[in-house]
Amino acid sequence: MLEIVIFSTLNGILYGLLLFMLSSGLTLIFSMMGVLNFAHASFYMLGAYFAYTMGMEIGFWPALLLAPILVGGLGAMVEKFGLRRVHENGHVAELLFTFGLAYVIDELVQLIWGTVAVSYREPDYMREPLFTLFGTDYSIFRGVVILIAVFMFIALWFLLKKTRVGMMIRAALTHGNMVGHLGHNVPRLFMGVFGFGCALAGLAGVIGGPLLATEPGMAVTLGPIVFVVVVVGGMGSLIGAFYASLLIGLIQTFFVAIDASIADILNAFGMNVDPYGEVTGITLASLAPMTPFILLVLILIFRPRGLMGELEP
Amino acid sequence: MNDITAVAPRQNRFSWRALSPWLISAAVLLILPFVLDSGTAFTLMNVIAVNIVFALSYNMLLGQGGMLSFGHAVFFGLGSYAAMHAMNAIDEASYAGEGFWAHIPVVSMPLVGMIAGGLVALVIGWPFCRRAGTAFAMITLGLGEMVAAAGQMFPSVFGGEAGIYGNRMVGPQWFGLELAQATDVYWFMAFWTFLAVFAMWAFTRTPLGRMSNAVRDNPDRLQFIGYPPRNIRFMIFIASGSFGGLAGGMAAVNYEIITPEALGLIPSGLALLMAAVGGLGVFYGPIVGAIVVSLMNSMLSDYTEASILYVGLVFLAIVMFAPRGLGGGIEQVRVAAREGTLGKRLPGWLTGAVAVVLISLGLVLLIELLFQWRHGDDEFAQFFGLNFVAESVMSWVWALIMFAAGVAVMRVTKKFREDNA
Repeated sequence: MLEIVIFSTLNGILYGLLLFMLSSGLTLIFSMMGVLNFAHASFYMLGAYFAYTMGMEIGFWPALLLAPILVGGLGAMVEKFGLRRVHENGHVAELLFTFGLAYVIDELVQLIWGTVAVSYREPDYMREPLFTLFGTDYSIFRGVVILIAVFMFIALWFLLKKTRVGMMIRAALTHGNMVGHLGHNVPRLFMGVFGFGCALAGLAGVIGGPLLATEPGMAVTLGPIVFVVVVVGGMGSLIGAFYASLLIGLIQTFFVAIDASIADILNAFGMNVDPYGEVTGITLASLAPMTPFILLVLILIFRPRGLMGELEP
Repeated sequence: MNDITAVAPRQNRFSWRALSPWLISAAVLLILPFVLDSGTAFTLMNVIAVNIVFALSYNMLLGQGGMLSFGHAVFFGLGSYAAMHAMNAIDEASYAGEGFWAHIPVVSMPLVGMIAGGLVALVIGWPFCRRAGTAFAMITLGLGEMVAAAGQMFPSVFGGEAGIYGNRMVGPQWFGLELAQATDVYWFMAFWTFLAVFAMWAFTRTPLGRMSNAVRDNPDRLQFIGYPPRNIRFMIFIASGSFGGLAGGMAAVNYEIITPEALGLIPSGLALLMAAVGGLGVFYGPIVGAIVVSLMNSMLSDYTEASILYVGLVFLAIVMFAPRGLGGGIEQVRVAAREGTLGKRLPGWLTGAVAVVLISLGLVLLIELLFQWRHGDDEFAQFFGLNFVAESVMSWVWALIMFAAGVAVMRVTKKFREDNA
């Protein structure tokens, strides 16, 4: 039991950190430009595939650095030549644009890398156990991922709070026009933030690829969950996104790990229900993919501004 | 969405002009089966019919009510499931020769779907309709994902991975429609499509239909004059869900099988795609979009593996360069013809068309070369009798030249187009 709790917690935190890497970029983009980037998870996928292709040539570590930069550049191009153009037609048009973009990127990935998963894996020496607990190994790679994630948060925090660019970004979040009137190039700032957000997604892809699976469906599976994180955390709140990521990561991992059905739980509370019924026989593990969306609907009904959001979306 | 043209003033007296679109489309529906007399054509037309109703019902939400939904397939799918279960009930009841369902013809299945879709919207819709915009989009996305996941979980209702299937040739027959041949199914489809399109058009003329435009354009003002926007949104949501369910009922009869995939994000995205390609601001836009997208989906897939990519690119291009969609384009030509400025504006449009053709040819060539390079031969790459091969650099250069020429024509003629606009 203790083993399950410890490993589920570790894995849940790992998954949550990965989610936050994705949702932090999305939140930044959303709070700045008012656009929920539907294609965000597609950039995550691109990160994984780029790192896979580059990794074969130049190795894992250079790819870890280069792939996010490439994805970020691509994102900046998308903002400059696509999103900026659509912006004048309103938010719905922007959402439609990113939706179509997700469609196109997914198809292009299938066109270039094929429809089946590619064997993108971490380097061999990182598959060694970092520590062994109750006879189960925890690989070095997972530890490295946590390190990278933590390092990224510190860098993000430093960038936003301690640098001049961060100050401009924070100002533009709430008073975009004023920043423009003061003579700063707000469109370029937008482009930079969009590219930076995409680069973060790409980074998540580089380390999420070996962790989960690098296949054309990875954007579609993770994309909606990232939206859930952003909405549950409160639109535009980075801290909220952080808590929501960890919350969803932990909930999902624990649901998968707990081997019990609804009936088992109800019966434990003294009720007497059929353990093999159609509804009561559902295991928590099979409910796991649904949990983020149940959470989303509940949050939107009972607390529309999310955990930490200040404004209703 | 400020590019939507104002609705025409209400005409109370009878006029042939107002009636003519309906007469023409009825005539087309009657003539079509005699012109296109092949099995594949009927299959395709039946799919298009379902998609037309689906896209139009979606546009009740997005185009008319301003609510961007990513979960419309929930109503389509649940309506379809309801119709399929009803069809199976008819099968059993008519086999036993008694019971309520023994007297219900399969022809009425779209109504069952409609009731189911409407009920689902009625039950779940209220908390969703508080806000339009991003919040609505997200909550419908969550709803769609949740229902699609639930679809896998209750096999006795949704049939698990394999879905459930039925038989449309059961129960009492109406109008001599046995529904055995594709022709029979076509008449069934034509009837329901015409009826549903007319009903949805009539809906836009009702006070509620007008209020739905108002809630899209200015909810605050609507609140101010005493109509709670949430109520209006809720009613639109129910109406749209009903027609989505109706499309689902038609699909159940057409395919005779339904899987939980029909509830998910992919068909929801298809509805959005069709409506946006056709144009959100014109009533018949989604019809055009449904026809174009369905044709592209089924015809391109015969020639190229990248058919979905092309559909996506068309969608992206329309969102970027023609936000009013194909229907908006048709409307523009119509208005110009009525005002007599068509002759003046046509040259400008033609230069634009040349640019678009060049750019898309270049893109198609690029994509097909990319495909060849990665996967070997593809039929579509040999277009215009020319054989482009990925190994030769010239092929890639040609693709880039065409693309660049298109962009150049676009740039050069920009001023010309604006002067003649």
